[in-house]
Amino acid sequence: MSTTVKASIRDERLLHRSLVRRLMGRPELGSVVGAVAVFLFFALTAEPFLRASSLSTVLYASSTIGIMAVPVALLMIGGEFDLSAGVMVVSSALISSMFSYQMTANTWVGVGVSLLVTLAIGVFNGVLLTRTKLPSFIITLGTFFMLTGLNLGFTKLISGTVSTKSIADMEGFESARALFASHLTIGEVDVQVTIIWWIVLVAVATWILLRTRVGNWIFAVGGNADAARAVGVPVTKTKIGLYMGVAFAAWVSGQHLLFSYDAIQSGDGVGNEFLYIIAAAVGGCLMTGGFGSAIGAAVGAFIFGMTSKGIVYAQWNPDWYKFFLGAMLLLATLLNAWVRKRAEDKS
Amino acid sequence: MNDPMNDPMDGPMNDPTNNRMNDPMNDPTNRYRSPVTDTWPVGPVPAMRPTQRDQREGQVLVATVRRRGRVRRKGRVASAVLAAALGASLAGCSSTGGLRAEQERAAQTAGGKAAVNTPRWTFAMVTHSGDGDTFWDIVQKGAQQAAVKDNIKFLYGHDEEAQRQSQLVQSYIDQKVDGLIVTLAKPSAMKDVVEKAEKAGIPVITVNSGAAESKAFGALSHIGQDETVAGEAVGDELNKRGRKKALCVLHEQGNVGHEQRCDGAKKTFKGTMEKLYVEGTNMPDVQSSIESKLQADDSIDSVVTLGAPFAATAVKAREQAGSKAEIDTFDLNAQVANGLKDGSLGFAVDQQPYLQGYEAIDLLWLYKYNSDVLGGGKPVLTGPQVITKKDAAALQELTKRGTR
Repeated sequence: MSTTVKASIRDERLLHRSLVRRLMGRPELGSVVGAVAVFLFFALTAEPFLRASSLSTVLYASSTIGIMAVPVALLMIGGEFDLSAGVMVVSSALISSMFSYQMTANTWVGVGVSLLVTLAIGVFNGVLLTRTKLPSFIITLGTFFMLTGLNLGFTKLISGTVSTKSIADMEGFESARALFASHLTIGEVDVQVTIIWWIVLVAVATWILLRTRVGNWIFAVGGNADAARAVGVPVTKTKIGLYMGVAFAAWVSGQHLLFSYDAIQSGDGVGNEFLYIIAAAVGGCLMTGGFGSAIGAAVGAFIFGMTSKGIVYAQWNPDWYKFFLGAMLLLATLLNAWVRKRAEDKS
Repeated sequence: MNDPMNDPMDGPMNDPTNNRMNDPMNDPTNRYRSPVTDTWPVGPVPAMRPTQRDQREGQVLVATVRRRGRVRRKGRVASAVLAAALGASLAGCSSTGGLRAEQERAAQTAGGKAAVNTPRWTFAMVTHSGDGDTFWDIVQKGAQQAAVKDNIKFLYGHDEEAQRQSQLVQSYIDQKVDGLIVTLAKPSAMKDVVEKAEKAGIPVITVNSGAAESKAFGALSHIGQDETVAGEAVGDELNKRGRKKALCVLHEQGNVGHEQRCDGAKKTFKGTMEKLYVEGTNMPDVQSSIESKLQADDSIDSVVTLGAPFAATAVKAREQAGSKAEIDTFDLNAQVANGLKDGSLGFAVDQQPYLQGYEAIDLLWLYKYNSDVLGGGKPVLTGPQVITKKDAAALQELTKRGTR
């Protein structure tokens, strides 16, 4: 009791809190507990789940969602959504593939052009949002449909079919593949390079959020954009930047798709945007903005990867697959919310 | 179907007559058939008016009866409605169709006992099917039947997205299954995992799509239908029937398999053939498009649809347009079998999905047991099988059972 009395005299922000308390207050804690629960569940029910090769498959599945979930989480902390994220991945891959093929250019040129165009799509989303002040849901729903149409339209116009032609025999393909779609063999286990991309993106995003001024801006615009503007936060720039972040990750994912399969189906990617949002939400990002973390989104993606592949390892009837998936995600999120509530009550 | 291009088959049609319930493997019990039907009161029970006893009580217990009476009356009304509903449902028993007919059909399907004493191997099948797809349901049934006979543990997974389909294959490799069956609807996406499976010593058989890539990827055999060959069979059949001008109805723009079907038919057909693109996910649009085409050109004497569900729609369009064109179709379902029988359809060309599942399991078993490989490096064709009025009666029962 004596410490509280003393502390109340001092500034409460300087109050020392124990490590446990501080951990409990973190947004990702609940999702970590959920992840542990899901992991234990499948470790007990699915015998092949614990094999090293299975874990690498699970990690790979998680990373393909996780790479996108990181910037989507930042965007959600900033108070906005991006429904075009799923098809943007495919757009990025299509641009890169078709540019290289049609111009008979080194694949790296296509990769570079794709980066510029994809970032431009992100800027388009951001500028349209900040200029029109319309909800991001509507704006990005519009870009979602436009990109879906452009993907199919341009691919058929340029390639004559609905998928691109293989660029596997072009110059620069091998080196680009090494960067975006290679895998390292550690012991007997394949580690896909996307897992490394994922970890790096999470680390960078966490650093930005917690250690830089930009991180504070993101929390501020998500919490209350008007108040943030009043204290001098560049709201417009922050939001455009967040959309560019999503575009950048879409570019990384898109190049991974392209260089692992060397031909791209123009109709893919639809619906994936929800997986990214789910991963971020399961990981503790609030749908209303202002709260969340990049690590949480990564854990959310991991829960999703474990669940979707665990069901296969457990050899359950696939007719019920989507039901199990939904139930597991709901349970993980409920656990998350429960843990957070308990943590808030204590601190 | 998200990916129209590489689904040459007719998986995408979500046939309303899809009968998952038909599954012979999980034979439903007869619990819906009540043996006591005769003892139920039939018709509404006259419980609306208070009885004499009520009235007598009412005079004695004036104060309480108001409240209680209302409650009672409510309860009576409810029970009367319930009894009426029960009576109506019992009086309105259907002597045809429904669950009872289905159970009778299920009783006729093959039994479930292993016919071999080989070890219990695990075979997995991964397709590019979407959720709840009739076509793939039939493939699965064939595979399950063969699995029972061959003492195989059969696993099934599907995802319409290429990346996730390949991840599914990977997870079955992780589980060290004894054999794999995959569809190569998106060959480039599946190349890596198919090769990985071979590296892990797991034999692979491709089904349905990927005839061109199957051998190059190192699969044992490919089982499916050659779309061009199937189209050519349609052209021949149209010639035999003396048709002069045909319309080929494509319900998915940009689907390569569909283009091959129409082009194949065009190749062998001696008359002229036109293509008509319709939006397959929008049935009213399909009907009105065919209808207006038939109205615009009354020299069209046959319409070929590329999927079973569209045949019935084309029949409606023909009636509306007052045309005399014959409707023919690719693939088979219960409606098509009925149509063939009653003469509203000319013929159907089937690729026998049951066979694709059944043979895939059987060939894997043969390979494991006896190192046998079928096909000699060429695709094993399950179609086209031309079905006309004379075959329809026999097939009617089979389509209802869900194996054709």
